[in-house]
Amino acid sequence: MHGARISLGVGLASVAFALLLGVSLGLISGYLGGRLDALIMRIADVQLSFPAILIALLIDGVARVALPTERHDDIAIPVLVLAIGLAGWVHYARTVRGSTMVEKEKEYVQAARVIGRRPLAIMIAHVLPNVMGPVLVIATIHIATAIITEATLSFLGVGVPPTRPSLGTLIRVGNEFLYSGEWWITVFPGAALVILVLSVNLLGDWLRDALNPRLR
Amino acid sequence: MHLLKLESVSRDFDVSRPWLNRVIERQPRRLLRAVDHVSFALSKGETLALVGESGCGKSTVARLIARLYAPTEGVIEFRGRRLQMIFQDPYASLNPRWRVRRIIAEPIQILKTKDRVAELLTQVGLSPDDAERYPHEFSGGQRQRISIARALAGEPDLLICDEPTSALDVSVQAQILNLMAELQERLGLTYLFISHNLAVVSLVADRVGVMYLGRIVELASASELFARPRHPYTRMLLDAVPDLGMSGKPRTPVAGEVPNPLAPPAGCPFHPRCPHANPRCQAEVPRFTDGVACHAVEEGRI
Amino acid sequence: MILEVEELTVQFPTRRGTLTAVDSISFSIAPGEVLGVVGESGAGKSMTGLAVIGLLEPPGRIAAGEVRLEGRRIDHLPHEALRRIRGRQIGVIFQDPLTSLNPLYTIGQQLEETILTHLPLGRTAARARALSLLREVGIPAPEARYRNYPHHFSGGMRQRVVIALALAAEPRLLIADEPTTALDVSIQAQIIALLKRLAAERGAAVMLITHDMGVIAETAQRVAVMYAGRIVEVGPVRDVIHAPQHPYTVGLMGSIPRIGSQKNRLVQIDGAMPRLNAIPPGCAFNPRCPRRFERCLAERPELLAAGASRAACWLHAPA
Repeated sequence: MHGARISLGVGLASVAFALLLGVSLGLISGYLGGRLDALIMRIADVQLSFPAILIALLIDGVARVALPTERHDDIAIPVLVLAIGLAGWVHYARTVRGSTMVEKEKEYVQAARVIGRRPLAIMIAHVLPNVMGPVLVIATIHIATAIITEATLSFLGVGVPPTRPSLGTLIRVGNEFLYSGEWWITVFPGAALVILVLSVNLLGDWLRDALNPRLR
Repeated sequence: MHLLKLESVSRDFDVSRPWLNRVIERQPRRLLRAVDHVSFALSKGETLALVGESGCGKSTVARLIARLYAPTEGVIEFRGRRLQMIFQDPYASLNPRWRVRRIIAEPIQILKTKDRVAELLTQVGLSPDDAERYPHEFSGGQRQRISIARALAGEPDLLICDEPTSALDVSVQAQILNLMAELQERLGLTYLFISHNLAVVSLVADRVGVMYLGRIVELASASELFARPRHPYTRMLLDAVPDLGMSGKPRTPVAGEVPNPLAPPAGCPFHPRCPHANPRCQAEVPRFTDGVACHAVEEGRI
Repeated sequence: MILEVEELTVQFPTRRGTLTAVDSISFSIAPGEVLGVVGESGAGKSMTGLAVIGLLEPPGRIAAGEVRLEGRRIDHLPHEALRRIRGRQIGVIFQDPLTSLNPLYTIGQQLEETILTHLPLGRTAARARALSLLREVGIPAPEARYRNYPHHFSGGMRQRVVIALALAAEPRLLIADEPTTALDVSIQAQIIALLKRLAAERGAAVMLITHDMGVIAETAQRVAVMYAGRIVEVGPVRDVIHAPQHPYTVGLMGSIPRIGSQKNRLVQIDGAMPRLNAIPPGCAFNPRCPRRFERCLAERPELLAAGASRAACWLHAPA
């Protein structure tokens, strides 16, 4: 259970971070356009050419080198959240940018501009609520992916410290006992991971529909 | 004193291909002149209509005045305190995630918002209870009423109406036009009315400006324009309006189509379709004098 | 008669009950005649058109009534038979020329495809016919434009191509659903004149569906006014426009702005057309009618003789 808690915690935190970063950049990029948009999108394109795990490994590696060894264990979880988050913001940014560019041309946004509201206010109050739909869907799938990424990293030994094992660590540890008859050490955390990910996905679908005023 | 004045306002749009494509394919920059040296003035309490077909620039003029775009050339002078705008599409002009109360109250930040919203809703023929509902619960005509309420919330001096009834059924249109006329009388509003529908314009406007390819080709009082149209394009437009009266009068067939605004004809932009064009029309752009921009009129030929 | 529609009813079963979009309407169109079907959004005029062509999307279906093309029933035919009739005997023109043409094929290809599908002609003959059709609808230099794609044409030109496509197989019936609504007014006039001429020349029957009374005035000989899925008035265009017999038609004509009219306020019909799930009993127009009386709330009126037209209104009940 503790392992599941840590997996879920890391998953949620990294997704929250990626969501905040990605949605903000996507909004700014889509609404303001121009050179800023081009810059943000080029960075996104470059980052997409690397697999997420590699990016997470890179950030983790940098953190290990940069910080003294005693601090490693304390910092491990925040670094993990940062790594997975930074690896994942691009999808949010792209989706939100596309939706923003569509909504920007709609007349209710123009009406707000005529009324005289500032661009930031328009982005947050008008555009954001209308582009969040797909974001929630991405987020739930992302939580699942993040949990699995964390599990992978922990399995590889570069994730959470052994003092606070997550499901991934448990799977790794159990892997060694797989052929000696104690198969359940791997299989149960594995099953727990699957169930966790599935529940998160279903929750996300429900949440998106519940928040749509048109379906009330 | 004029409430609004435009002096030789122009607006270009850059429709060039992206920079990389242009460099590789060696193409020049392309500018679309959507509004070309437009000048007119509007007095308080008046309704000025801008008519024209699609691509003539009338909507761009509206957006220039509403400061959604900046003019490339020329000066726009607004002497009032506030201006507001009503848009064509009743389905896209209200934020689908906001309740009506918030939509209408957006222009105002005063304390007694709830009362003011109720007052505005009643003014436009809806019920104060509608404040708590969402836009998708209303019909097209009702949504336009909400848009009008929002526009009135800020107590504007000038109301720009961009095709406010074009997306509505004819009987709903009648309701909205009557409402707008009533509000104008009661609140002393000034309207800039954009439309492609000449019949609607003949009903609401005091003065009418006819636009073609970004230029105003004729500007006159409504009664003058409809009784004695001078510019050949105005005559063609009036001829093209279906004759509900079925008087059976012969109509000159309409010639050609609006040319590509990226490559407008030299001289007078209307000359390829004009039955009165002469060599001067093909070479020289007519100046706007005495309410019309036409060589033939100037020369007394028609 | 080329088209005869008798007691046609179109319904949509939904979770909350059955909605009736078209309620027992009857009309006919003679060769060479243009019948205008006019009404506001939700009146059911497009549904009627779709039902006649057999293009109703399920779960919508024809629940009752008959559609007869040149005497033969077509509403109950299986898909394949209906498809063959659709191209050959019925031509269709939809509102949006942009989506009516396939953007990936040249107009020449699309014309040839239609001609070859329905007429026993060879390739060369089909091409010749396609070119002559393009000339007839007023496309300048058709040989040069034959290989152009739809997006190379302007809106008005595209609609002409659509008309050419509709006429390609020499149909007996032409159904035009808002053919000029997406076009500028000067182009509208051209297209209206074209439709009128082509139909008269070929002796085809035309069902012109639109919300624009002005277009009907210029094009049609007779007009049927629809409201909430029913025909409330039908008659010669001149009579319906100048001497409307049904209170709805009266209100409708009064709410149309006209150039040169002295009034500065339009006639207003308060309220709105009822939604399909809230049609009142008796006469569907009664809640908004300034002249209603008791019978209107109880009994649904049939089309009764009223001057040169017929109107579904108890005001015209024989004394």
